[in-house]
Amino acid sequence: MATTALDQHGAHATAGHAEPTGLWSWLTTVDHKRIGILYGATAFFFFLLGGIEAILLRIQLGSPNNTFLSPETYNQLFTMHGTTMIFLAIMPLSAMFFNFLIPLMIGARDVAFPRLNAFSYWVFLLGGLFLNSSFLFGAAPDQGWYGYANLTSRQYSPGMNVDFWTLGLQILGVASLAAAVNFFVTILNMRAPGMKLMRMPMFVWMSFITQVLLLLAFPVITVALILLMFDRFFGTHFFVPSGGGDPLLWQHLFWIFGHPEVYILILPAFGIISEVLPVFSRKPLFGYAAMVFSGAFIAFLGFGVWSHHMFTTGMGPIADTFFSLTTMLIAVPTGVKVFNWMGTIWGGSIQYRVPMYFALGFIAMFIIGGLSGVMHASPPADLQQNDTYFIVAHFHYVLFGGSIFGLTAGAYYWWPKMFGRMLDETLGKVHFWLMLIGFNLTFFPMHILGLNGMPRRVYTYPEGLGFEALNQVETVGSLILGFSFVVFLYNIFKTARGPRNAPADPWDGATLEWAIPSPPQEWNFAEIPTVHGRDALWEAKRERGGPLPEPPRVSGAGIHLPNPSIWPLVAAVGLGGLMVGLMTAHIVGPWGIVAGVSILFFGVYNWAFEPAG
Amino acid sequence: MLLRTAALRPLRRWAPVLPLLVLLVGACSPEHYAQTALRPLSDFARIGDDVQTKTLYWAFGVFVLVEGALLYAIFRFRGKPGDPEPQQVHGNTTIEIVWTLIPALILAAIAVPTVRGIFETNARPGADALKVEVIGHQWWWEFRYPDLNITTANEVHIPVGQTVSFHMGTVDVVHSFWPPRFAGKRDVFPNRETRLWFKAEAAGEYPGQCAEFCGIQHGRMAFRVRAQTTEDFQAWVAHMQTLGPKPPPAAVAPATGDSVKVASVGASLQQAGGPADSAKAAAPAAAQDPQYAAGEKLFQAKGCLGCHSLTAYNAPKGMLGPNLANVGARSYIGAGSFKNTDETLGQWIQNPQAMKVGVLMPNLGVSAEDAKSLVAYLRAHQ
Repeated sequence: MATTALDQHGAHATAGHAEPTGLWSWLTTVDHKRIGILYGATAFFFFLLGGIEAILLRIQLGSPNNTFLSPETYNQLFTMHGTTMIFLAIMPLSAMFFNFLIPLMIGARDVAFPRLNAFSYWVFLLGGLFLNSSFLFGAAPDQGWYGYANLTSRQYSPGMNVDFWTLGLQILGVASLAAAVNFFVTILNMRAPGMKLMRMPMFVWMSFITQVLLLLAFPVITVALILLMFDRFFGTHFFVPSGGGDPLLWQHLFWIFGHPEVYILILPAFGIISEVLPVFSRKPLFGYAAMVFSGAFIAFLGFGVWSHHMFTTGMGPIADTFFSLTTMLIAVPTGVKVFNWMGTIWGGSIQYRVPMYFALGFIAMFIIGGLSGVMHASPPADLQQNDTYFIVAHFHYVLFGGSIFGLTAGAYYWWPKMFGRMLDETLGKVHFWLMLIGFNLTFFPMHILGLNGMPRRVYTYPEGLGFEALNQVETVGSLILGFSFVVFLYNIFKTARGPRNAPADPWDGATLEWAIPSPPQEWNFAEIPTVHGRDALWEAKRERGGPLPEPPRVSGAGIHLPNPSIWPLVAAVGLGGLMVGLMTAHIVGPWGIVAGVSILFFGVYNWAFEPAG
Repeated sequence: MLLRTAALRPLRRWAPVLPLLVLLVGACSPEHYAQTALRPLSDFARIGDDVQTKTLYWAFGVFVLVEGALLYAIFRFRGKPGDPEPQQVHGNTTIEIVWTLIPALILAAIAVPTVRGIFETNARPGADALKVEVIGHQWWWEFRYPDLNITTANEVHIPVGQTVSFHMGTVDVVHSFWPPRFAGKRDVFPNRETRLWFKAEAAGEYPGQCAEFCGIQHGRMAFRVRAQTTEDFQAWVAHMQTLGPKPPPAAVAPATGDSVKVASVGASLQQAGGPADSAKAAAPAAAQDPQYAAGEKLFQAKGCLGCHSLTAYNAPKGMLGPNLANVGARSYIGAGSFKNTDETLGQWIQNPQAMKVGVLMPNLGVSAEDAKSLVAYLRAHQ
């Protein structure tokens, strides 16, 4: 096929790599696959946590004037549910796939900056723990995931709740930005010979566009959070009207980040199902170029629609018209994507395996979310719909019906590659049907309740407004939805006890990751492949006239790999310590901050002067 | 006979589900919801409803076609073991252009009424509109009628058939004023005035609610819209204008004309009005009631007046709590949260924190006996 690393490092050919084991090997790992698994496990834990929060919210809303949760607890739980699902579940679950798959799909041995990759994960983990540690103090954030000023000012939110939020999200922002830089460079620079941009798997393309969105959107929220931090800790008045600040400024800054964020959450799922659908239809992706450009166009337009979250603020007819029309315009490339997915399965020979169930579920649910999205692109209608359960229904059809269905399709699809074990088909299908039914029972009635006057973020509702029956249905639905993930967990535990015998290519895959053993060896490719077209593995199989032989597990002797390093973790601890120091500065003085900064510098210094390998 | 039972059997099996089905169908009908946005009762709400209905129809049509095609593909292209490799199609430029253009055309069809609706809803109401100031508070609503010189809380009275122009703000955090039967929501800000207007079409009492999360009791920051015929509204205004330090004699005279003329009366009396103190005018007949007298003393002794005014006419501005001049006549207390009965009012006076945790009104240590007196006193404030 092509040159191998072996040729360049022939001198080391005698000593093979032993797969490192033990806790220390995980703390110091810079292997993108291990970091991917760490991301996945952590994010799935937070996903379950956010799910439990959601079920508690649903129990409270199951009957009118319910006192199951106090309003204080309810407000903390809905804030943490949103914050957790967005920043600690969906984004890092996507990051799991970026980490595990991008190097494999582009034929690389690792990411461009392996230690920075480890740093991203540790910062994410500590940020998530920092945010959730607020529960221990009974002071979880309670102002909503978009934290509108001036409710977040010290005057109206005197507790630590908002502090945890503004500092926690800053930590998470560092993780996201570092990871985005890393994958941006990895995709541009680390592709195997012949892997031209327009030959890249669609998942890599959508991931690439996501990194661009992250790089452009996260600085904005970081600036907003720093301004808020200054307001709260140092007495500035950026968002405080009594000091000449403007609460509306927060809304603009937040949504300039917040809308691209929606695409950050959904584009990876677009990418996943663009891999799953062709493989299980045994047909290439329909309209590859249109898929690439529509993704890029969605991302571009995503920066010009933020004020459609703010029609009720009364921006005036010109701004309303502009943001309404740009928002509607996004429906065009989104429609192109949906039609191309349908074109992909059309005329195919559909193999009904579990990943395909979830991918088809994704299309069916995402259509509903897309259509309701067009409905509130129209300001006269949105004045009624905004901040009601109609919106809650809409974004759950996009983020659960879309992102979570897509990510679950990906989990079932790449599970054998990640862990060397196939998940159980029957349990997977049970999971799918319970999830589909539970999801629709939970979220579809919200459309009806929202249009009929139920506002979101209310901890209870009175009798007599008619909200009782459908809320009860929703609560039952949420329990079914929750149970579907119990089935998933059972599937994981059950198959984990079975043999580790997944073949390299269980689904007749089209992309390079299926050419190597399951799970891949530390160095991914014993030989860096040369790519001759799209769907590189299908091409190889076609050339050979049948399936490829099972790739052998080889000794990685002489393959050059980056050295493990503890310093990314140390630097991450320093960053976390800095934030803890800021939180406790009013009790212990500046010493926590000094300690955090010292550890951070110590970690970064050693990192900088350590041989990378 | 046998045939009949056989034919009925499947029906019988579903019989227990029937009530549930009826309930669900009922739960989908807007008539079932007092706060629905789908049964507009004003010109403003009809603009949004019209656009919404059009987009809903388009969305439903697209939904049926696309989901139908998806289901068709799912069943039609089911692969069987041993099937040959399907034809490897990479795309089709014509089809791709067509399915780019069709959504664009549908969106254009939605965009036209949308843009029209945007400009209609942003229009400024005429000079004959009744001006109402809406002031958001954590967690209640203050309504002031600057031209009529009256103030009330949590229940906004409006005349049917006359445009009402709401000029809105807040004394604390961002809220959103939302009377779904009459208009979409409009956020209120501490540092800028926002506007909303509508002309109500039907008399009646309708619920509304704060729609922007505003702190611990956002869930209980509701209000009532009481749309009244012109006569009823004028009578209400005239009555409210008596609830002040010096009841204006002109206000009780029957008003004339089809729009609200009492405005000028109120305005001319604004200068004449003396300093506000408690409303002596409230229910003179009740004054003989010993419970009323005890309640009056308690109202002062417990410091209620520090936060609540009993003056509707020329009411003081910047009070912390809702104006109580006509609290006895309101249908709800606690900002549209609890039916206004002697029982709930008494409970509220004794322990507001139990009913609405975090409300700014503290528990004042009122005994059950004292609460009864205070209820009698407040109930007389109609």
